Amino acid sequence: MEKKLEKQLSEEFKNMVDKNNPQSSIIKDCIFAFVIGGLICDIGQFFMNLFLSFGIPEDNVGFYVATVMVFLGAFLTGLGIYDNVAKYAGAGTIVPITGFANSIVSPAMEFKREGYILGVGARMFIIAGPVLVYGISSSVIVGIIYYFIKYFVK
Amino acid sequence: MAVKKLGIQTVKLMNPPSILETATITGSKEGEGPLGQYFDVVLSDDLYGEESWEKAESKMTREAVKLAINKANLHPDNIDYMFSGDLLNQIISSSFAARELQIPFFGLYGACSTMTESLSLSSMIIDGGYADYVIAATSSHFASAERQYRFPLEYGGQRPPTSQWTVTGAGAALLSSSGSGPYITYVTTGRVMDFGVKDANNMGAAMAPAAADTILRHFKDTGFNPAYYDLIITGDLGKVGKELAVELVKKGGYDISNIYTDCGVEIFDLTEQDVHSGASGCGCSAVVFCGYLYKQLKEGNFNRILLISTGALLSPTSSQQGESIPGIAHAVAIERSV
Repeated sequence: MEKKLEKQLSEEFKNMVDKNNPQSSIIKDCIFAFVIGGLICDIGQFFMNLFLSFGIPEDNVGFYVATVMVFLGAFLTGLGIYDNVAKYAGAGTIVPITGFANSIVSPAMEFKREGYILGVGARMFIIAGPVLVYGISSSVIVGIIYYFIKYFVK
Repeated sequence: MAVKKLGIQTVKLMNPPSILETATITGSKEGEGPLGQYFDVVLSDDLYGEESWEKAESKMTREAVKLAINKANLHPDNIDYMFSGDLLNQIISSSFAARELQIPFFGLYGACSTMTESLSLSSMIIDGGYADYVIAATSSHFASAERQYRFPLEYGGQRPPTSQWTVTGAGAALLSSSGSGPYITYVTTGRVMDFGVKDANNMGAAMAPAAADTILRHFKDTGFNPAYYDLIITGDLGKVGKELAVELVKKGGYDISNIYTDCGVEIFDLTEQDVHSGASGCGCSAVVFCGYLYKQLKEGNFNRILLISTGALLSPTSSQQGESIPGIAHAVAIERSV
């Protein structure tokens, strides 16, 4: 196209793209995320009640439930089921701890062919890594703030 | 003097090379699509009996090239050059295939525009009298592209509606200085165009300006209008990019809407196969051309087509550094008779 037309079209193009872009259906996505994410929470609650009925103290029961849910997330990832559910659930499968397991197990599986050191070992946290870095960093900061607040407000 | 040059970006081939044979190998999903019957080999296992997706993709290229040569009753020793490229880092699919084939090899990188890039260069090297038999090939693989450009296969993420599905497929075309057609008659080489799209999940939009520019330039250089062709088909703009390309070409003064489509829209059933905006990848225009279009030309259902493979010249690094996505498109005119 000629220079003048090119300049004109490049300016108009953003509007053309915005007008043409198909949008995700936010309502549909939210309903799926709510229902499937809620089901995952129900499963977590079920295990919590189960462990409590075994007489596990309330302070510790969270660790037990987290362990089971991480296992389930990892297991379903290994079976190739988790991503098929996530296609519909979106945030509903990413936000719960099962999604965290999926984000670690899926690269571990994917990069196994590059070996256990430079493949699995190096790439395992390629998605979860940032979550860990900023999660741990922010918990340290919050901890320091908490310490001073407690120190001064007695 | 460049006697074969026409206008600014086009070459008119004086001794148009004939496409002797083509071969296609695709994955199972492509085989289930609307064009499945036109592919030579549809794999039931996308690993193709190999240990990794990369090895599978390279084997697809190698076997597609061998098949095209076999169909013409030739041997790799008879082939003067092979032009091939793919999406993987350092184009390993192509060069590792060439390692086995032992055909003098030019490796290309044009992202998904590689099919017409390789056809362009093959045609010119034959027309120039430097070769009698040349292979033009390319490949892409959904799984190898995902792990390089996006996420692990089992990662649970959602794809936006503008995203496209990388075709698992390899196509090879055997061009010759003699033969009874279809012939490659014109080559219009694209410029790199960038209208500032940054969304790597909307590559159709990023490539549409390049496609429109090359189509407009082809008409200007040759003096043809859209009616000259039975079909104008871009490589992998998908549904979103296709609409944008029509609009851009219209603003340039030509209406192509009634004879125009996109390989990325044709290869999959967009409503049934969960591919969102359509297909992408080097293999997309490769298998649609080498499979479906070549056979339609042979049978006389099309007489003249303009094939414009489109490439998004981004890398994960350039995207992460906030660069916009440059696009490129190369056009080749293929005619049943000259």
